[in-house]
Amino acid sequence: MSDIDQIPVSVTVNGKKVQRFVEPRTLLIHFLREELNLTGPHIGCETSHCGACTVEMNGMSVKSCTLFAAQANGAELTTIEGLANPDGTLSALQEGFRQMHGLQCGFCTPGMITRAHTLLKENPNPTEEEIRMGISGNLCRCTGYQNIVKAIQYAAEQLNAAEIKEAAE
Amino acid sequence: MIPGEFTYHRPSTVAEAVAILSDHGDEARPLSGGHSLIPMMKLRMAAPEHLVDLGGIADLKGISEGPGVITIRAMTTQHELIESELLEKKLPIIRETSQLIADPQIRYLGTLGGNVANGDPGNDMPGLMQCLNASYVLAGPDGEREVAARDFYEAAYFTALAPEEILTAVKIPVPPAGHGYAYEKLKRKVGDYATAAAAVILTMKGGTVSSCSIALTNVADTPLYAGQASDILNGSSLDESTVKQAVSAAEAITEPASDGRGPAEYRTKMAGIMMQRALARAAERASG
Repeated sequence: MSDIDQIPVSVTVNGKKVQRFVEPRTLLIHFLREELNLTGPHIGCETSHCGACTVEMNGMSVKSCTLFAAQANGAELTTIEGLANPDGTLSALQEGFRQMHGLQCGFCTPGMITRAHTLLKENPNPTEEEIRMGISGNLCRCTGYQNIVKAIQYAAEQLNAAEIKEAAE
Repeated sequence: MIPGEFTYHRPSTVAEAVAILSDHGDEARPLSGGHSLIPMMKLRMAAPEHLVDLGGIADLKGISEGPGVITIRAMTTQHELIESELLEKKLPIIRETSQLIADPQIRYLGTLGGNVANGDPGNDMPGLMQCLNASYVLAGPDGEREVAARDFYEAAYFTALAPEEILTAVKIPVPPAGHGYAYEKLKRKVGDYATAAAAVILTMKGGTVSSCSIALTNVADTPLYAGQASDILNGSSLDESTVKQAVSAAEAITEPASDGRGPAEYRTKMAGIMMQRALARAAERASG
């Protein structure tokens, strides 16, 4: 057993407050997967390149393999597990990835969708170039990105159409 | 990959952070955005026994303008640099450079202070800060001191920063309105360090260069301020033969490593090409 004291980490994940005591060296990805059983965020490269571990922290997309859980203390986190609609149906982005075949093996998908979620919040009408630069921190080895870009465009259209409809009502 | 064990500190003031660093000397490291240090800790190439997280120090955030000087506090992230309207107006070269660093996720957390203090020759901000003639504010047990970016870098990962000091802010003299600027970076892919890169700031008057500053990234152990090249171009009309002479002067001070980004000779030549492109683009942008 380590002689270094465990430290408390409190976060709000997908709307739920949780607290755990962990070793200071615990990375956020291990905290999410092993302490909280949220295995949607994946461990891909472990070297801050691939983005499979991407989660949202206080409105920012972050690579949870390159952050200590302690640094996230007090933060609001969203993982892929928190992105479906409240009634359990697929969100516009999830539906987009389904409709446009935005995935093949699926390993990068949680990171891709979580990153795209933050991207569309910041920029609801991205150009193709902005989408490609926006997901440049997420690697996909199957699709060649084309259908991922289409999936994000699909979601942007759906979300914008819903907004116009809401405004009209 | 799991980092080694450490004790975690989260001070809320600079003084408190400096006190912790002073107590533990070489065994402590400050943690800023963490995107250089944490990967090194995962590889066990860095194993600090005490980690001093600067994320809780409100005083280390923000961008402010004084007479002729813009001060950027150390924990300001690349994302915040890109979003800053003040910088877009007064120092647009910072935004241009930030956008070429790493990827969106890393830019949300990576900070200006970490980028300039780490001493990694691959980082882009040190060269840019030399080009802008910025100075760094260093806080230690005996108070604050300022070191010019052009005097700060000694060798790869060796800088003027003492183990018990923290870089708290970067002070940048505001270039004149209408100045031309460009940061040109050759890289193999998004997120890569530069094969070679060049920063240029210049002002023009009636088709003649009235001031010029050039610095190079990742073609030596440290960023390089190309003073001689800048002097050669000063007063010229950026005619072909003067530019050629200046490029030769800049190439002469490079000393790149041969590595995955190419052999040394190639990287030296690419530094010259990046400088030429940056000069052309800066001249195009300059008014007057």
